[in-house]
Amino acid sequence: MADLRQELKEKIIEQLNLEEFTVADIADDDALFGDGLGLDSIDALELIVMMDKDYGIQLTDPKEGKEIFKSIAVLADYITDNRAK
Amino acid sequence: MKKVYINSAVTISAQDTFDSDGFLNEIKGLSGKTVAARYPNYKNYIAPANLRRMAEGVKMGVTAASKALIDSEITQPDAIITGTGMGCIDDTEKFLNAIISNDEQFLTPTAFIQSTHNTVGAQIALGLKCKAYNNTYSQAALSFEWALMDAQLLLQQEEAENVLVGGYEELGKEIISYRRMMEDADGLGIQVPYSEGTSFFVVSSEKIENSVELIAMEVYSTISAESIQNSLKQFLAKNDVDLSEIDVFISGRNGDVFDSYYDLTAELFENNTQLHYKHLSGEFYTASSFGWWAAYEILYRQEIPEAMIFKGEIKSDNHIILLYNQFKGRDHSFILLKR
Amino acid sequence: MGVAITGMGIISAIGHSVEENKTSLLASKTGIGDLRHIQTNHSQAIKVGEVSLSNAELTRQLQLPEVHNYTRTGLLGLLAATAALENANIPDCSTYRTGFISSTTVGGMDMTEKHIKQFDKDITAQKYIETHHAGDSTRKIADALRIHGLVTTISTACSSAANATMLGARLIKAGKLDRVVVGGTDSLSKFTINGFKTLMIQSDSLCAPFDAHRNGLNLGEAAAYLVLESDAVVQKEKKEVLAYLSGYGNANDAFHQTASSENGEGAFLAMQKALKTAKLNPNQIDYIIAHGTATPNNDLSESRALERIFDKQIPDFSSTKSFTGHTLAAAGVVEAVFSILALQEQYIFPNLNFKTPMPETGLKPITSVVKKEIQHVLSNSFGFGGNCSTLIFSRA
Repeated sequence: MADLRQELKEKIIEQLNLEEFTVADIADDDALFGDGLGLDSIDALELIVMMDKDYGIQLTDPKEGKEIFKSIAVLADYITDNRAK
Repeated sequence: MKKVYINSAVTISAQDTFDSDGFLNEIKGLSGKTVAARYPNYKNYIAPANLRRMAEGVKMGVTAASKALIDSEITQPDAIITGTGMGCIDDTEKFLNAIISNDEQFLTPTAFIQSTHNTVGAQIALGLKCKAYNNTYSQAALSFEWALMDAQLLLQQEEAENVLVGGYEELGKEIISYRRMMEDADGLGIQVPYSEGTSFFVVSSEKIENSVELIAMEVYSTISAESIQNSLKQFLAKNDVDLSEIDVFISGRNGDVFDSYYDLTAELFENNTQLHYKHLSGEFYTASSFGWWAAYEILYRQEIPEAMIFKGEIKSDNHIILLYNQFKGRDHSFILLKR
Repeated sequence: MGVAITGMGIISAIGHSVEENKTSLLASKTGIGDLRHIQTNHSQAIKVGEVSLSNAELTRQLQLPEVHNYTRTGLLGLLAATAALENANIPDCSTYRTGFISSTTVGGMDMTEKHIKQFDKDITAQKYIETHHAGDSTRKIADALRIHGLVTTISTACSSAANATMLGARLIKAGKLDRVVVGGTDSLSKFTINGFKTLMIQSDSLCAPFDAHRNGLNLGEAAAYLVLESDAVVQKEKKEVLAYLSGYGNANDAFHQTASSENGEGAFLAMQKALKTAKLNPNQIDYIIAHGTATPNNDLSESRALERIFDKQIPDFSSTKSFTGHTLAAAGVVEAVFSILALQEQYIFPNLNFKTPMPETGLKPITSVVKKEIQHVLSNSFGFGGNCSTLIFSRA
């Protein structure tokens, strides 16, 4: 589980071009959107593609992302339960 | 009708023009097929959260625009108008290549949404929370000139007092290489590298200490070689400026066969100073904005860089500059500046 | 009164002429259906407003030589612009100072995406290297119409053609032109189809603007142009005026690159400016052709802006994108043509596919063809980058 969380942090930093951040800067329970990391709706779409491409999970409604992308911990749990890759 | 003044001028180019206090003192000779611009430190002007999505052209544009506003001490312009020939070509090529190489799968939105031509104008507005008039022109080598014409129209009609106007261009990677290929296959093609850059200005109806006046400008989609001299004479006559009053003539020479247009117009002048700039800026659709920046600096500083001289002596007093640019015999623009 | 409109031309999914478009609108007949002319993996997953003519058919109709480098964007544009001048009875553009202001977002991408990987070796592909940029189709059309002076292209995403129309009017009012052909053109492309797919705002069924269960837009392609003329020329040439462009406004939402602000601030400001230039009160607007793309975000944001401008007393409104799809840059002028048709025919066009009002507002667009006295029509066009533009047309 810790590996997946680490992996997700690395992917997010790379995919979203968060040059100012290192893995150490993102706590497992930090809010990814809004006041936490400050990600927005476009980032959510980027993460939806990442879910499909890397873990085989397809989200058809972008609004689903709101709950799933709450934090690294929540995201990791969801992927663990639903991954096809 | 209100007069139009340039109150600040900023350019990011292949030369050291953004960070330098001097004016083209240290020139870099341009060679090769394409030359990238000298990119400034964007972090001084753009927050990291916004910077991360931006392609080079957007970063350059937003940065130059910010500086132009700072220099003119305007925080909120009454309008933001940009011009670009190829638009955000970096992100366009990125998204297109993603479509092709991934067979339309797993595509991500950022490159697509940042690829629209108005991205620079939009990001400037976003950064300033500026809800004013916002427009973007894309008409090849008249893209910047049309942005200027729109600004001029707003100011003359008193619909705005301060307008932020600029031109930008990115090299891109792929299409530019093919354009270069076609150009080089033509023995009479462009002799300077293709390049990129951005120039932003605050134009205003308010005259300040370092203002340069935009007396008049005119653009034409087509002018034949036979008509070019008459067109220029008519333009000058319409604006009560005599040929002899023009101290400096700046042309957009790029070494190709269409430089003959500049030769023809230059014949009309006897004793003025003839300058050129595309050997310094490279050629791109909005390169004329670099020429405009240089003209502003010349009139403001009363200084002409040696590197810009094409022909003629440098006079000590220079008050009226005529700029003329065209591209492949199309997209002609005449601009008169005065200080 | 405004700037006189003396001609119009259009080609869209619901017709290849003004007459055909009018017939479809009055018959509530949509042009949205399956994609035919583009090869894409997504063709089963989307519905589009495609012009039924192929590029070969357009070439024949335009009597162009078989070998040319017009992009589809250019072909559609040339057809509509030529029709507009014919409609305005202008055989020769050199008799008065005439300009051409077009707009596009796709530009030559429809050909670039097909040929870019052959640019290095294939001579037949190489003719499209120079046609990618937005100004190419504009220049080709201007040359064909023999307009040589003021020619330009505006590219502000989905508000482009509205801005082109506005600029034309301003140039005439400032006395810089006597006549101007204004409008825009965009063809469908794999680039935009995939682009909108990544934003997850493209519907797999017929779009339902303003509906509670709307799930996205249908892309479309179209070209349309208006001919604007100065009062002096209208009088001298005794021209029939189709309608007047009486108001216009351009503002920026300055909220996000693609999403609209919750209270529709940019839209609100654009409409406010348009009403001001038209010297009209909101209650004088008889019909609104909304931007109404059927995305969750736009329709809510636009509704809020409408509520604010019209103080909750919103006049009859509909989105015609349920007929044509979202034609991107051309949308503003396609809907300008529809606004003028509404004024000429005194009919309001329906918002197809609407069933349930949005819970947030309860607003109901018009859902059938309705005969009504119409003096003033307001038309909205909002684009990426927060570019918001509004046009107001008034009866001649």
